[in-house]
Amino acid sequence: MIRILQKEIEKLKKHILALGAVVEERVQMAVQSIEDNDPELARAVIRGDIEIDHMEVDLEEECLKVLALYQPVATDLRFIIAVLKINNDLERLGDLAVNIADRAICIPAMVTNDMITDITSMANKAQVMLRNSLDALVNMDAGLAREVCARDDEVDEIHARLFTKFETAVRRQPDRLQYYTHLMGVSRNLERIADHTTNIAEDVIYMISGEIVRHRTSEFREKDKGHSHIK
Amino acid sequence: MNFPPDKTREPLREQGALDTSLRPEFEPKPKIKTRNLKFFYGSHQALFDNNLEIATSQVTAIIGPSGCGKSTHIRVYNRIFELYRDQKASGEVLLDGQNILAPQVDIIELRRKVGMIFQKPTPFPMSVYDNVAYGLRLHYKLSRSEMSERVEKALVSAALWDEVKDKLDQPGIALSGGQQQRLCIARAIAVEPEVLLMDEPTSAIDPVATAKIEELVEVLKSRYTIAIVTHNMQQAARISDFTAFFYEGTIVEFGPTRQIFTNPKSKQTEDYITGRFG
Repeated sequence: MIRILQKEIEKLKKHILALGAVVEERVQMAVQSIEDNDPELARAVIRGDIEIDHMEVDLEEECLKVLALYQPVATDLRFIIAVLKINNDLERLGDLAVNIADRAICIPAMVTNDMITDITSMANKAQVMLRNSLDALVNMDAGLAREVCARDDEVDEIHARLFTKFETAVRRQPDRLQYYTHLMGVSRNLERIADHTTNIAEDVIYMISGEIVRHRTSEFREKDKGHSHIK
Repeated sequence: MNFPPDKTREPLREQGALDTSLRPEFEPKPKIKTRNLKFFYGSHQALFDNNLEIATSQVTAIIGPSGCGKSTHIRVYNRIFELYRDQKASGEVLLDGQNILAPQVDIIELRRKVGMIFQKPTPFPMSVYDNVAYGLRLHYKLSRSEMSERVEKALVSAALWDEVKDKLDQPGIALSGGQQQRLCIARAIAVEPEVLLMDEPTSAIDPVATAKIEELVEVLKSRYTIAIVTHNMQQAARISDFTAFFYEGTIVEFGPTRQIFTNPKSKQTEDYITGRFG
């Protein structure tokens, strides 16, 4: 009985990692489609979202089956609960990649400007956070997960800064309102990506330690100051 | 566009939806405290310095692999082990602050206060009525009508009355296994105990009867302090408020059931409840 449960848990782990891999790739493609002004790549992200949706539903059903059949406890229970929640966040991340891809199709060729530099920096940070949260999940690394949580503020700050720049830019060039609105849309979606990535990291911490750290991330920021190794 | 106000119901807040909390409201007081309890079967030591608190009006589950000392531990609480030769307990077991291992303790009164239910139903070879009346006759002088009243009350409390009220004069052993077990519960609670010890009370009965006993435990705990030994992890998780994990005669971990089954502190507890050993 227990061996069967362990097999089921291994299977869930494999599935959540596969979903993570697809989502990571889609976010990367969406960002690329903005940077390279590549509507074809953007359309591929939009078309592929249904695959993520199916994977999410399958994984949820699998988790429910294991809960009903084996009534797991302790570490096994926490693993399945974390997988259920991470599954949800990954699906939302897929949707956010689609939102960015939608903007990529609308935005005309980008002129390098101050806002674009900030968006590129945000995209890099959000992608590193996503990669690290998935690495934390693969390697059961609570330390790395805590660092991800601590990084969310950096992305939030750039998003807030961009909003100020957006106001100035629109005042200066009111005829380009639509273009700047799309850029803000991208910024907002990147900020949401960082948020969902933080959720994943928090669930990884719960899975490993049983500690619910949501709404407490300011503690990590304090602890994390001065010894970062996030790339 | 203005949405018309929803007239179908009161706002949830006004229906009292916020008057709820998932957090326990109080710290339960201990009914029984064991201090450095040791137990010996002849020269073999079975319990090593057990320190445990059984909370008043709560269910405490005792879990652990076979032979770890679970039953031995609760058998000290009413000194039932003394029926056997060469068995000895040392240390202290405080029931409401009184050490029940002290020699001057009135054993009959102790066993009235601390009732016990065993793994296999143990009805006496007499009628349903007499099974419940037996303890009452031992402890109290009651008139016939008082006796009938107390028997009925105990059978109602044990959720058995409706099933046996027309066959009170039939032999107790003629009942089904689950009914027999509830008869034993009725017999135990007829004498108005303060503590109920249950030693794997559902391991010999079917799932439907088990569910009835579990529901009964939930109801009974408002009046009695309950300690239950069980091999069934899900049962411990479902019905208890606190859980103690025993291994080789020592208490490895004790805590709120919710914590033990979601985030145990000890690796041994974790391995046992997830079925990785034991």
